[in-house]
Amino acid sequence: MLAFAIRRLIQAIGVMLVVAMISFVMFRFVGDPVSQLVGNDTPPAERAQLRKELGLDDPIYVQFARFVDKAAHFDFGISYQIKQPVSTLIAQRLPATLELSIVSAILALVVGMPMGVYTGLYPHSWLSRLFLAISLAGISLPTFLIGILLIFIFSVNFGMLPSFGRGDVVSLGGYWTTGLLTRTGLQSIILPSITLGLFQMTLIMRLVRGEMLEVLRTDYIKFARARGLSRRAINFGHALKNTLVPVITITGLQLGSIIAFSIITETVFQWPGMGLLFLQAVQNVDIPIMAAYLLLIAFLFTLINFIVDLLYVAVDPRIRIGGAKA
Amino acid sequence: MRKEGRFWERLPRAVAGALCALSLSVGVPVTAGTMLTASPAMAQGKTLRFAFQGTLNALDPYSLNETFTLGMLGNVYEGLTRRDKDLNVIPGLAESWEMLDPLHWRFHLRKGVKFANGDPFTADDVIFSADRVRSDGSDLKTRIPADSEWKKVDDNTVDVILKSPNPILFAEWDTFYIMDKEWCEKVGAVKVVSAKDTNPGPSAYEANGTGPFEIVSHQPGVKTVFKRNPDYWGKIESNLDEVDFTPIASDSTRVAALLSGDVDLIEPVPVQDIKRVRDDPNTDALTGPELRVVFLNFNQMRDELPTSNIKGKNPFKDPNVRKAFYQAIDIEAIDKRIMRGLATPVPLLIAPQLYSAPDLKRWPYDPAAAKKLLTDAGYPDGFTVGMDCPNDRYVNDAQICQAVVSMLAKIGVTINLNAQPKAKFFAKVLAPGGYDTDFSMLGWTPSSFDSWNVFTSLATCRDASGKGGPFNLGGYCNKKVDELAAKILVETDKAKRDDMIHQAYRILLDDTSHIPLHQQSLSWGKRKNVEITQRSDDQVLFYWASIK
Repeated sequence: MLAFAIRRLIQAIGVMLVVAMISFVMFRFVGDPVSQLVGNDTPPAERAQLRKELGLDDPIYVQFARFVDKAAHFDFGISYQIKQPVSTLIAQRLPATLELSIVSAILALVVGMPMGVYTGLYPHSWLSRLFLAISLAGISLPTFLIGILLIFIFSVNFGMLPSFGRGDVVSLGGYWTTGLLTRTGLQSIILPSITLGLFQMTLIMRLVRGEMLEVLRTDYIKFARARGLSRRAINFGHALKNTLVPVITITGLQLGSIIAFSIITETVFQWPGMGLLFLQAVQNVDIPIMAAYLLLIAFLFTLINFIVDLLYVAVDPRIRIGGAKA
Repeated sequence: MRKEGRFWERLPRAVAGALCALSLSVGVPVTAGTMLTASPAMAQGKTLRFAFQGTLNALDPYSLNETFTLGMLGNVYEGLTRRDKDLNVIPGLAESWEMLDPLHWRFHLRKGVKFANGDPFTADDVIFSADRVRSDGSDLKTRIPADSEWKKVDDNTVDVILKSPNPILFAEWDTFYIMDKEWCEKVGAVKVVSAKDTNPGPSAYEANGTGPFEIVSHQPGVKTVFKRNPDYWGKIESNLDEVDFTPIASDSTRVAALLSGDVDLIEPVPVQDIKRVRDDPNTDALTGPELRVVFLNFNQMRDELPTSNIKGKNPFKDPNVRKAFYQAIDIEAIDKRIMRGLATPVPLLIAPQLYSAPDLKRWPYDPAAAKKLLTDAGYPDGFTVGMDCPNDRYVNDAQICQAVVSMLAKIGVTINLNAQPKAKFFAKVLAPGGYDTDFSMLGWTPSSFDSWNVFTSLATCRDASGKGGPFNLGGYCNKKVDELAAKILVETDKAKRDDMIHQAYRILLDDTSHIPLHQQSLSWGKRKNVEITQRSDDQVLFYWASIK
């Protein structure tokens, strides 16, 4: 087990190095950071000087080595634009993203699962058809369109909910701030979390529905019925429970993508999280922020995969990937 | 097993409960929301909520020479001079000034002025700021001549000694903000905050100026809160106590925030949304000409254009080819269709508000004449050339370029358009990219609002490294213009100077050095109860804003 964990850890470091390398190669095509750093009037000689001082003249492998060396010491440098340490900026923005992602994931589970169960149990009712139609929209409409539609319906037309931002936040010590304890904060999270969670919700709903349809055909459900158990005990106690393993796996993995792909939702709602920070950085070619963000996302994904792998080994003794006695 | 079973039995009820709570939390804010929008205006003073498309980053007033940043900081900091609503220079922290001789200026400083932290404003602060703005890492070095000498005469008088006469010495001093020497030394902000610093000073996120507002909190990219400075020395017409600034990058969200009343002022309103903002009973759009002029550059330096099918020579070296391009572009159509009537065609590389002369007019739109010029120049079938345009820098920049492409197609010229984000565009077309463009778009506002800046930046000869006119992308070169520019710089007699400016513009026009297109329009959106002055340099100044 330990050998397996260590091997996985080494692989994870390898993955992150590759991500960092690919992102560094990509930065060459994003544009010139220096032209974003100075005003129109700044003469070329001074621009060249700044470029040299920032180390942008060095060959790409030298820049990369420098970045890896510093990142190993958790030093991600200073943002070109904001001129504050990148680690501080990300620490300030992380709570907003995590809060939005977790609320979206919970929303997707709490709404998606019952809808999946219902459509699985009554596949031909009109409500099931409605749910399926909604899920089709959720899967096929792009996130930014859903976000803008929600803003125009609930903010502009009805004036019910804020159109952007995070509302008032409360500090919980350190960099951690939360909007979940204030009224404006709670109002503000509704539309973005629906936007971000809609896709996951439809995914979970369809997954639960498919599994339910399959499980309900199995023998043990028939025997349970024959035994005279109540419908509730059969449907929720036996059927749903057996559908949950894949649902939990998918939900866990999807949390990573929710965090990573909150970029679009955060941009539409001007949600002050990491995704927005990253997008602003791309527009301004703020390389230190871009590099640190990509590395962080790579880290999140490898971490989640790592935990999932470990869980598999713990849960299912059949999965002993190479390493163990077999 | 049995217990678990109970749990799963309870699940549906729990889900129903959660759904119920969710629908409640959606329902409740309906009333809460309306209360919320009403309360701040009544409880405390007036708060203006302002949203701009870009972010306010470092607060150091010498870090970035850019209109929006300097405009925002202009609410907090002040220069020795200021500009009024019509951009005329008026006294700021200097009450008056006099030219003792062409190389010797004397500035009398305003007495009894205090910085926000309570420190008094004295001549030492001016001398300190003059050193700091010229120091390493400053992006505003051009604000004062590098070789000028600044001397303290007494606490309220400063002398500036020049090496050469300078008629526009203080043209840009309204954005050369005076910083507090004591404060900078105390908090460690003597050095200008620069991207290469490993440990930037507090001037990146704190501000201490003499202006009518203070910055009480600043989270870059999230929110910046300005509060009225209670001890401000002057009287201002604003009734605002607080300004909450939030960047909103997405155009549609910004407009939605204004329409829904979540913000009071936005900039910019996309041109296609102006009608919608005007039609709403609660909102209005403020539009007016901006000083920036958008124009096209021809590469006249290269001996052969790499993107062209004409080999062995550069067609743009022929003024008639340039004029043909000029006359093939229907500027009225661009302004009507693409800019929705919100642009003003210009004949020169400078806005008419800053300089104009009755005899300096645009060449008329005339595709037949253009075709003839092209034929006479030896290109009866036209030719192919590449064009570089930004797609996120100027109002509808990429669409304008597309229109130019189709208009030039009518005289047989095939343009391969390369529209790209500004970060990539500027990396390619400016000096670091080796001015790698044959035909390109650029916009320019002379920071001093004076023609000399236009000539010396855009139209004087340059070499390959950018020495000379650094933003003369096409490398247009006419020795007469260079001579005139050198004289204009030092001529202190206004009539003589204006005459030379006129001559220089005449040459540029006759040579078709560039194709000036238009001034774009400012477009701000506001709630009906907001009153604000829109100055054509696009600075958003809260001391001219009120909420009725």
